[in-house]
Amino acid sequence: MSETVETPVRRGKPPLIRRKTLRRILPWIVIVTFFALWEIFVRLFEIEQFVLPAPSAIFAAGWQWRWPILDNSWQTFMTTAIGFLIAVAFGLLAGLAIGSSSLIYDGFYPALIGFNSIPKVAIIPILVIWFGIGTVPAIITAFLISFFPILVNVATGIATMEPELQDVLRALGARRWQVIMKVGLPRSMPYFFASLKVAITFAFVGSIVAETVAANKGIGHLMLVASSRFEVPLAFAGLLVTSVMGIGMYAVAAAIEQRMTGWAMRGADGGMNAPPA
Amino acid sequence: MKGFVDLDRVSLRYGGEDDGTLALHEATLKVALGEFVAVVGPSGCGKSTLMKVVTGLWPPTAGSIAVSGREVTGPLSIVGMAFQNPTLLPWRTTLANIMLPLEIVRPHCTRLRRERASYEAKVRDLLALVGLKGFEDHFPWQLSGGMQQRASLCRALIHDPSLLMLDEPFASLDMFTREELWMALQDLWLARQPTVILVTHDLREAAFLADRVLVMSARPGRIVAERTVDLPRPRALEVTYEPYSVALVHELREHISASRTQTACKG
Ligand SMILES: Nc1ncnc2c1ncn2[C@@H]1O[C@H](COP(=O)(O)OP(=O)(O)OP(=O)(O)O)[C@@H](O)[C@H]1O
Ligand SMILES: [Mg+2]
Repeated sequence: MSETVETPVRRGKPPLIRRKTLRRILPWIVIVTFFALWEIFVRLFEIEQFVLPAPSAIFAAGWQWRWPILDNSWQTFMTTAIGFLIAVAFGLLAGLAIGSSSLIYDGFYPALIGFNSIPKVAIIPILVIWFGIGTVPAIITAFLISFFPILVNVATGIATMEPELQDVLRALGARRWQVIMKVGLPRSMPYFFASLKVAITFAFVGSIVAETVAANKGIGHLMLVASSRFEVPLAFAGLLVTSVMGIGMYAVAAAIEQRMTGWAMRGADGGMNAPPA
Repeated sequence: MKGFVDLDRVSLRYGGEDDGTLALHEATLKVALGEFVAVVGPSGCGKSTLMKVVTGLWPPTAGSIAVSGREVTGPLSIVGMAFQNPTLLPWRTTLANIMLPLEIVRPHCTRLRRERASYEAKVRDLLALVGLKGFEDHFPWQLSGGMQQRASLCRALIHDPSLLMLDEPFASLDMFTREELWMALQDLWLARQPTVILVTHDLREAAFLADRVLVMSARPGRIVAERTVDLPRPRALEVTYEPYSVALVHELREHISASRTQTACKG
């Protein structure tokens, strides 16, 4: 009997540590396995390079064209970042306005939903007519596609303020805007940062789509040119760079979220690593 | 006579005319400046509602309220309120939570930037008084229920309000901590003489702290009885076991029990 009591204590720690390291390397295992299978598949069935290039060919092309790729990635990164930052500023302000006044909410929300339902690709030709081919349509597309989740989340965070917390401030004679600044805004921050993770990837998709349609620079443009010249490995290298950048931007947004809204996560690991029951 | 707090036949109905809950029905009461009043009554009778009406958080359905001679039409800024639930802001530390009133209420909000250090020292003193020394930088979810309640009490006191509204501030504390805080509250009241309205379920607490105890009927709430407590100040804890207090507690108990059965028969 005494053994059964002791075992959980002795065994308690090591599995947890092993789980943690496993968690850390698991994504890498998945990625490496994916590329390995891909390589084997292409070699086994002797698939032509212009249909599906092997990862080795993609990496080789990526290395060969590293400077143009870097140059164009930087362009895409800048358009995404600018569009995204405008979206953050606009989404935050508009969310604040819509969340704090039910009148503004009722008035604008249906129109906003209607606007958001428009596929943004359809707007790009119009943007080209207005601004010409180049960076501006890409920035605007990135902005248009990414502001909505930010706006909705901030508005929801503010509109769902607990009446009890509002009363704490109202009982002190606080004005409406003070209640929103001291309760509504801080309380909507977890929603806001969660939406940033979604919005940044949206913005990225937006600028790349715009670049493939209407630009003379950027990773989207590079992929378009590459595939029109049947440089398929280069096009795939572009895709690869795109997803690496996407992961990077998501990671930055997630890290900021962790730092800023620790109170909502209740501790550094967000309870994710709690021992299994 | 005009009181500092003056309620004249105040009724409050939550929700609609037909299907709403009538929480207060023609409640009338007066509290003098600097007086310490306790309100007792059965659960759900409208005590918290009374607090919300007096501070202007909820407009009454009928009747009129005046505080300090002026009609109450919206939330007042001279009030320090400790809500029944601690309602600390979860993104603020204990210290920052208690600083909150200082950021809103005049004249503190204009001075806060320059005199932050002295205000913080004041918060720390207050925290030490309620036994929360060392928890300044903890978040609310790192505190126990009773500790949150004590922090919320500090928040009600920090800006030296002239009207203190305490809604069961000691409800989730053990008896010893509670008695300690009774003494602290009495000292504070003797030092600054704010007007206090204290809601409580603990009749000993009401008898020990208050100048006057009001008994509310079951819902819809009304003041059905009141008793003046003739005990000299400062009071020592022992008085709660002396015949005078025991008799008083007994009498209050009778009143509440009577008001409960009355509605039970009616309903
Ligand atoms: N926000 C609200 N909306 C609707 N009904 C409410 C609301 N708050 C309270 N009530 C109702 O009003 C009545 C009185 O509630 P109140 O909170 O004032 O009671 P209380 O005397 O403080 O009770 P307790 O001693 O349990 O705290 C209750 O019947 C309750 O259902
Ligand atoms: Mg109550």
